[in-house]
Amino acid sequence: MFDPDAIERIRMMRRDWEANELSQFLLRQPESRSEYRTASGLPVERVYTPADIADTRFEEIGLPGGYPFTRGPYPTMYRGRLWTMRQIAGYGTGSDTNKRFRYLIGAGQTGLSVDFDMPTLMGYDSDDPKALGEVGREGVAVDTLDDVEALFEGIDLERISVSMTINPTAWILLAMYVALGEARGNDPNRLSGTCQTDILKEYVAQKEWIFPIRPSLRLVRDMIVYSAEHMARYNPINISGYHISEAGATSVQEVAFTMANAIAYVEEVTRAGVPVDRFAPRLAFYFIAQADFFEEVAKFRAARRTWAKLMKERFGATKAESMRLRFHCQTAAATLTKAQPMNNIVRTALQALSAVLGGAQSLHTNGLDEAYAIPSELAMKIALRTQQILADETRVTSVADPLGGSYYVEALTNRIEAEVAAILRKVDALGGTVKAIEEGYFQREIADSAYEQARRRASGAEPVIGVNKFVEPPQPGALEIHRVDPAVEARQIARLRAARAARDPARVAALLDRLAREAADPAVNLMPVTIELVKARASMGEIVARLREVWGQYVETPVF
Amino acid sequence: MIAKVGLDGHDRGAKVVARSLRDAGMDVVYTGLHRTPEEVVAAAVQEDVDVLGVSLLSGAHLTLIPRVVELMREAHAGDMLLVVGGVIPDEDVPVLTAMGAADVILQDTPPEAVARRVRELVAARQPR
Repeated sequence: MFDPDAIERIRMMRRDWEANELSQFLLRQPESRSEYRTASGLPVERVYTPADIADTRFEEIGLPGGYPFTRGPYPTMYRGRLWTMRQIAGYGTGSDTNKRFRYLIGAGQTGLSVDFDMPTLMGYDSDDPKALGEVGREGVAVDTLDDVEALFEGIDLERISVSMTINPTAWILLAMYVALGEARGNDPNRLSGTCQTDILKEYVAQKEWIFPIRPSLRLVRDMIVYSAEHMARYNPINISGYHISEAGATSVQEVAFTMANAIAYVEEVTRAGVPVDRFAPRLAFYFIAQADFFEEVAKFRAARRTWAKLMKERFGATKAESMRLRFHCQTAAATLTKAQPMNNIVRTALQALSAVLGGAQSLHTNGLDEAYAIPSELAMKIALRTQQILADETRVTSVADPLGGSYYVEALTNRIEAEVAAILRKVDALGGTVKAIEEGYFQREIADSAYEQARRRASGAEPVIGVNKFVEPPQPGALEIHRVDPAVEARQIARLRAARAARDPARVAALLDRLAREAADPAVNLMPVTIELVKARASMGEIVARLREVWGQYVETPVF
Repeated sequence: MIAKVGLDGHDRGAKVVARSLRDAGMDVVYTGLHRTPEEVVAAAVQEDVDVLGVSLLSGAHLTLIPRVVELMREAHAGDMLLVVGGVIPDEDVPVLTAMGAADVILQDTPPEAVARRVRELVAARQPR
């Protein structure tokens, strides 16, 4: 990219500057720290020059919308289409959450995102003893198709994309979504949206699992294959670094572990005989935007380049769409503090800016009350307005990859890419992703990073404003927080009982038998029978319980 | 003992606390995730622990903690101290201590402060 003579001149200039201006200045005023690092622990220079990226070919950076997609997946980026403003919501029953959706759409939100309650995420019906105290609390309760109908009542699913944050029971929710579309007469090829589905990161980080790893991977394969055949605009998986980061991983580990999981999914589906270019264009990603601004921008760029090369070189993809990484982004919940909660608005805005400068396709900005409870309406509105201000007032959307060409950001992008590649080689050497999970490799690495970070915060080496620096006495009752309706559990259980009473029990029993038979044969795709089951008003808990008899349950050996 | 009850999968804090207490020289047992109150109390009694720390970030503390307290009482684990941690709204803290929690340790508490608090609580307890 640079003329070697020019690089030599720049190196001389720098040596001269270090010997003169810099050294004299340091004598008068030493720097505040002896060494500077990114949040991931990568060393950071005082200043960057072309000499720091002397070996980088411009083809590695390239242009937006072209291989290796360092600068973004689309040629015009936000000029053509803004990112989707997708605030997650979910509490109470389907109709409770439907009200929040309509409020957010009314406030200018452009995509929907559903948060489910713990029993739904873990495959228990609302009347199961394990669901006690959790129904409709951290998300919306879904037991049967009736609940999904209530959730999307009056919302045109061909006009707004819907993202569903659900993993071990994802295939049931996808089946419900398909069944709802069918009942409404929607063309399945016009339903757009995303299901999180990323079960591997559950074993690694978020810890919502039901079945052992192998049958869980098979369910992911079934969803990817089904949607490749029937749902042209649907992303059947959102391969997620967010939770890996929130569990304590560094940004380098976040990208590396996410890529390791992505590799395992691609291998699983291609093993079933589906060519990579048939499904890879619909694989979507989900990353966090943490507090280290430039590291995050570089991380998003490095993730895109890594994926493009993996798809081309490792999996032999030929379609550009297969190599083009698209991602949803959420600002970092664990950076938000209970102390001085208004500061969280500022943290979130800065994290969101890094996501936009990093080229995100979709964004959730956290509520200022994150450390208290699930967000209030007001907290969500301020978070949405933050995105709207970024989109409409700052003009950062005018230029694709505006930090491309920054000596620092390019050098950091290269460095993160190299660190990620080194971790991926290690995972390969361990025998692949599933083996590494079974041996607790990722889990141990994440626990170590989390512990290190907790120590840095405790010592004050990592300042957190309002917590270990500029601390004030707490002001109780400063925030109006979301309160769970105590009657929600009874209301939801009544809905579930009504659905059970109205259905044909013989049909449900016969379909559950068919499910068990098909589950025992790994070659069968379980989506069709599951779609039939949800249409017959089988509940999620019944479907999961039946499969648990066939596949058993995952048992973790905890590492701390 | 550090325990996770309910379906909540947030274990980052519980594991950091478990490791900090271990590094502070204590014997620590971590139950792993998704335990029922019955499993947790049975394990705590079995291990004869001094302090049972229950971590909850799901908001279900006002349902699950009373059950833990009740089971501890039934098991005559009267001298075992119950400490609750996680995402707990301020107004629920006195509710939990009135139920029988020896303390509620909230987020952003430095690991050393948790260890110190555990030692204070154990020292203040009637001799066994």
